Amino acid sequence: MSRDVVARFKPLFDPAGVIIAGASTHPGKFGFVAAHNLLRHDYPGRVFLTNREGAEVLGRSSLRSIDEVPEGAADLVFVCTPAAVVPDLLRACARKGVRAAFVSSAGFAEAGEDGRRAQEELAALCDELGMLLVGPNGQGVVSTPAALCAQIVAPYPPRGRIAVVSQSGNFVSSFLNYACATGVGVSRAVSAGNSAMAGVAEFLEYFAEDPETDAMLTYVEGLADGRRFFDAVRKAAGRKPVVILKGGVTSGGQRAAASHTGALASDDRVFAGMCRQAGATRAVTVEEAFEAAAAFVTQPLPAGPNVFVLTTVGGWGVVTADRITSSPTLDLLPIPDDLRAAFDERLPPRWSRNNPADLAGSETRDTVTECLELAARHPEVHALLFLGLGIQSNQGALERTGPFYPGHGLERIVAYHERQDRRMAGAAFELARSCAKPVLVASELAATHPDNPGMVELRTRGSFAFSSSFRAIAALEHLYRYADHRRRHAPKGEPS
Amino acid sequence: MAPEHLVTTADEAVRAAATIGYPVVAKLCGAGIAHKTERGLVRLGLGDDAAVLGAATALLAAARPEDGEVALLISPMVRGTRELIAGCVDDPTFGHCVMLGIGGVLAEAIGDVAFRLVPLTRVDAADMVTDLRHRRLLDAFRGEPAVDRERLVDVLVGLSELVQSDSRIVSIDVNPLIVCDGVPTAVDALIEVRES
Repeated sequence: MSRDVVARFKPLFDPAGVIIAGASTHPGKFGFVAAHNLLRHDYPGRVFLTNREGAEVLGRSSLRSIDEVPEGAADLVFVCTPAAVVPDLLRACARKGVRAAFVSSAGFAEAGEDGRRAQEELAALCDELGMLLVGPNGQGVVSTPAALCAQIVAPYPPRGRIAVVSQSGNFVSSFLNYACATGVGVSRAVSAGNSAMAGVAEFLEYFAEDPETDAMLTYVEGLADGRRFFDAVRKAAGRKPVVILKGGVTSGGQRAAASHTGALASDDRVFAGMCRQAGATRAVTVEEAFEAAAAFVTQPLPAGPNVFVLTTVGGWGVVTADRITSSPTLDLLPIPDDLRAAFDERLPPRWSRNNPADLAGSETRDTVTECLELAARHPEVHALLFLGLGIQSNQGALERTGPFYPGHGLERIVAYHERQDRRMAGAAFELARSCAKPVLVASELAATHPDNPGMVELRTRGSFAFSSSFRAIAALEHLYRYADHRRRHAPKGEPS
Repeated sequence: MAPEHLVTTADEAVRAAATIGYPVVAKLCGAGIAHKTERGLVRLGLGDDAAVLGAATALLAAARPEDGEVALLISPMVRGTRELIAGCVDDPTFGHCVMLGIGGVLAEAIGDVAFRLVPLTRVDAADMVTDLRHRRLLDAFRGEPAVDRERLVDVLVGLSELVQSDSRIVSIDVNPLIVCDGVPTAVDALIEVRES
């Protein structure tokens, strides 16, 4: 079964050759954009463009018909033709050895009764041809290990370990945009479109088995078969984290969803319970959904609910303490005596002497990294949040760009501050790995000044800083919920 | 479930009440009666023989032809300051689900309920309790002990098993599930069945 699912999706995510059917010479058409995006990102396999007139597209000659494609040279077809010609096209593709079709063409179930019938016939045809059908009415598919960007929209994300499947194509783009911004990359991404054959459940089954994927991120609006979805999510979440964003939660959203994907909605509280039972974590907002997935692929899971906050920014420490205290799952750990004593040895008495540990400007060259390490290594601390990275180099940026630089000792101090921020970022990154517990960094500079050396250091290492502590804690709640579910629902006798 | 006696006459009702011990509750039951409270078919806190006799006579007289065959249900008056609701619903997307919620007169306004898909494991059932926003109501409260979580899990898992055991069941509504000395006690239930 697991090998079957991998084999079934291989031509979609790791094709030996790709046909763009309906490639266009007109840069405003999807058939042009699809060809452009595939060629633009250096897909290494063979590429065939078909065009009714056999016109040159992007400087490449095209074929007038699928019949001209050498047999066995391509196993994926990306379809941009009008809906009416799709069935004959796929029959021709099957004869050439194509085993997967991504149909971006609109005019199927979303277009009314006739379209719905055409879609059913298309699914039945693909079933008969033994061809995987994705879409119709989808935006495309991305697979970074295969350098495949077969989609009619931007962007192409950095390579990484998050797999995305969405019932709305726009959310694929949004999640990929977040991946570009944070640098936390993506393995596979697919817009399920009308899900005539393969829906979110089928993709989650594949991602669970996919060795390129460590966490799954999905957007759903409505489900034709709720039980099938539940079973797939539960099975997938038993292997890897699954983050779910659900649209149509309120009656207003449900009306919008019904017109968007024609899906029926059930009580949102039932959906919430289903997620809990399956072991998936559910995000409230789009950015929370991405950041939860990004945390899953960049951080270890916490062994418990105790959070310790180390801050050089007092106010942020206070509001973060409020946020953690009101969390339904996380606890603000009262500072253990031995940890307080260890901090006392290194800090002047004006530090907060509690959790959050507010260093109150008493940090010297090594105090922050030392205190981070002390907190991270403490057995009662299950997760660490560091606030205040990048402040000194932000001042450094002001100095570097001002009229007094590099004189007055500015060159040296700016370089020092930048080095310090890189060092602190590096320490947070390394401690998460060596202590096997989450060490999160939050600073608004991640959004306001992404070029700050502290932020850059984290990105360079494949991690990222949250743009606020609230977002970091929301992500940590996902990590905790998932870890806790795994622990408590693990079959007896098996370690989680 | 509270111990109950099903009787058909007022005299039998009095004997049943004496066996159970006062105070008791008397309800008129019948296959065609779904909402007893709305029709005044529940009499609470009956303290002696005379009260039971009067209530039983009045309830039997209130029966309507469309109620079908009716009987009197005599049960002990279960007291507790906390009420829960539990049950099963048939969700259009996910099928049968077990439900647990905070009950009582403010239940609808509070809207604090948790669901799990049938079948439930005991861990799933325990998770439902922690899903409730007002779960602190289930801790020790106003001199009453904490709700026995294991007994509550028994109720939820029992509902899951019940709905699986009989394909005719559409929904189950156990309302209220009164917490009496920490023990969740069902004092009324409605099972909706599908005509075969």
